[in-house]
Amino acid sequence: MSRLLIKHARVIDPSQRLDEGLDVLAVDGRIARLAERIEERGAEVIDAAGLVATPGFIDVHTHLREPGFEYKETIASGAAAALAGGFTAVCCMPNTSPVNDTAAVTEFIRKRAEEAGAARVYPIGAVSKGLAGEELAEMGEMVRAGAVAVSDDGQPVRHAYLLRRALEYSLLFGIPVVDHCEDPTLSAGGVMHEGAVSTRLGLRGIPAAAEEVMVARDVTLAGLTGARLHIAHLSTRQSLEWVRRAKNQGLSVSCEVTPHHLALTDAAVSESSYDTNFKMNPPLRSADHVAALLEGVLDGTVDCLATDHAPHHADEKALEFDLAPFGVVGLETAVPVTYDLLVRQHKLPLARFVALWSTNPARLFSLPGGTLKVGSVADLTLLDTEARLPVNPDRFVSRSRNTPFAGRRLRGWPVATILAGKVVWRRERR
Amino acid sequence: MSVAPAPRLRGKDLLGIDPLTAPEIQLILDTADEMAKIAERPIKKVPALRGKTVVNLFLEPSTRTRFSFEMAEKRLSADSLSFSSSGTSVEKGETLLDTARNLEAMQPDFIVIRHRYAGSPHRLAKVLRSSVINAGDGAHEHPTQALLDAMTIRRRLGRLEGLVVAIVGDLEHSRVVRSNVLLLQRMGATVRVAGPPSLVPAQMEAMGCEVHHRMEDAIAGADVVMMLRIQLERQGRMNFPTVREYYDFFALTPERLRLAKRGCLVMHPGPMNRGVEIDSRVADGPQSVILEQVTNGVAVRMAVLYLLAGGNGEPTAD
Repeated sequence: MSRLLIKHARVIDPSQRLDEGLDVLAVDGRIARLAERIEERGAEVIDAAGLVATPGFIDVHTHLREPGFEYKETIASGAAAALAGGFTAVCCMPNTSPVNDTAAVTEFIRKRAEEAGAARVYPIGAVSKGLAGEELAEMGEMVRAGAVAVSDDGQPVRHAYLLRRALEYSLLFGIPVVDHCEDPTLSAGGVMHEGAVSTRLGLRGIPAAAEEVMVARDVTLAGLTGARLHIAHLSTRQSLEWVRRAKNQGLSVSCEVTPHHLALTDAAVSESSYDTNFKMNPPLRSADHVAALLEGVLDGTVDCLATDHAPHHADEKALEFDLAPFGVVGLETAVPVTYDLLVRQHKLPLARFVALWSTNPARLFSLPGGTLKVGSVADLTLLDTEARLPVNPDRFVSRSRNTPFAGRRLRGWPVATILAGKVVWRRERR
Repeated sequence: MSVAPAPRLRGKDLLGIDPLTAPEIQLILDTADEMAKIAERPIKKVPALRGKTVVNLFLEPSTRTRFSFEMAEKRLSADSLSFSSSGTSVEKGETLLDTARNLEAMQPDFIVIRHRYAGSPHRLAKVLRSSVINAGDGAHEHPTQALLDAMTIRRRLGRLEGLVVAIVGDLEHSRVVRSNVLLLQRMGATVRVAGPPSLVPAQMEAMGCEVHHRMEDAIAGADVVMMLRIQLERQGRMNFPTVREYYDFFALTPERLRLAKRGCLVMHPGPMNRGVEIDSRVADGPQSVILEQVTNGVAVRMAVLYLLAGGNGEPTAD
């Protein structure tokens, strides 16, 4: 019988409206007791005085790159990076090689993740075979093998017809369809947000409308089908308006926003003089969009945060701005970036912050965890909300270093990750 | 003009007009006027850059800009070598930074770079000790073009301050317009731009210029009309119906030129598409200074090389 006792923590669990100083006892990987004072002989004890204990954080949008692009990241390195970023679980996108569009690949990912023994990994299957946007992939087989959602992320589901069928078919399994909203004819050739900065820099822009027309289409189809639609990495004011409208109409529409879209603007491309670590898709938006996203997080329109962790090798990012691949890593910076911005600067209640990273992702993707109720999995994240540290990419556990936050001093860092009642990661003191 | 020239340039590179101050621009233009005198002598060569090495790295097709730089380098006695390719570094299987490191290993004093993609010279300049001169990067900047345009205007009209300059054509894909808008406004001129709305980049007015859609509104009463090249090779993915219709609405014809100020200068960065953006009667007419622009290009590039090499004082003194 393995027992872990976390003592003197400030326990925040939005699923039970809990915010108080408590001890937490985990037995055999499950939450056994929460009480003001617990004494348990023989248990491993963590003194969490001064720390915040929350249900484990869950990132519903990561790219683990395996199979196919192991030089960028592997399931093992990505799952370990997740732990080091305070995440106990991640959902990984299917744009690998081969694509995760069959039960066999889904099973491979699950098996690799199990071998790695790091964060829990939940595969997201492809909507279409080969991400080609033509025919539905075998959704049911993938769900049976462990897929928790479907998405063609990296690209949109181009044809409205196919998305309609995917949404309808998903009703059989009750899983969300996650869409990367981008009209490729409007975004073609674009490498950053279209606006005053792209004009000045002479870079081809991706207009906000490229995302917004797809979000409008998608929520319309969510209305038609009644299925669960989740908008990935939402980045513009009008996209958020469409989601708000859909929610007001009672549709099952949810959305996520990434830390970089909240913390940075397109001005960073100019200020960094074309640094490709500021190139991602959707692109960093102008300040008015960023203000709208922040408002959406504060007023609850945004359901959850997600990293869109997209590792790329340094050699790929060393290319010309136009040629470098889109994407930035996020697992090891997401929590401090969002804590510092949302809780410290914008006074978001800590319980809401925890809901955005844990309770809500668990609910939207029907995942274990996201709660510390007795009997649930003992996945926890311990936060030191006072710790103030610089982002040091050289210390990343991820195989890639392509972060836009290098050197930033941020407050509020994860210090330990607990998975099924075991301490699986602790921040080293330096 | 009202601006006193700077004693020298601050940076090691010339990446664009954007980083230059008005006194620095003034210094380059004044120096270029001096350089122009060298071309009028029987022996058109001075030893100012003797022993300096220049690499001309042209990763996008260009004839006139490359020749102009080579001419400038020869007149200053620099040793130069030119590399032309339409391929990018990645097409050669090499990253941009590897290209840079390889060049650096040969210890050139200057790297003049023309690149298809915006920002490439800036990324090179960050890691190189050599002076990097931007000879055009994507749709971003073409600083020596704007400088030679300014030199031409100043020699003809005596000043830049207070002038109205109209720039007409494909604004979206033009690096010439961006550098010119920055330079002319910094030197006190008013800039009006015009082009089909489908070729005006987003929020261009944020650069401080007046943005017009009808060409006539931009050139009315202007002191200078600068026409931009329509890139015919983009045909098919151009943002207007046909070249024929473009001529109808946006070509500089003798009739349209009459809307401008009497004696208005006609400019074009070249190469021209006669009968597309400019009528031959205007291109070859008395108000055209298009060939003077080419002549002044050499002087401006000499001035830039000379100043970045740390030159001060009289370049022809020794």
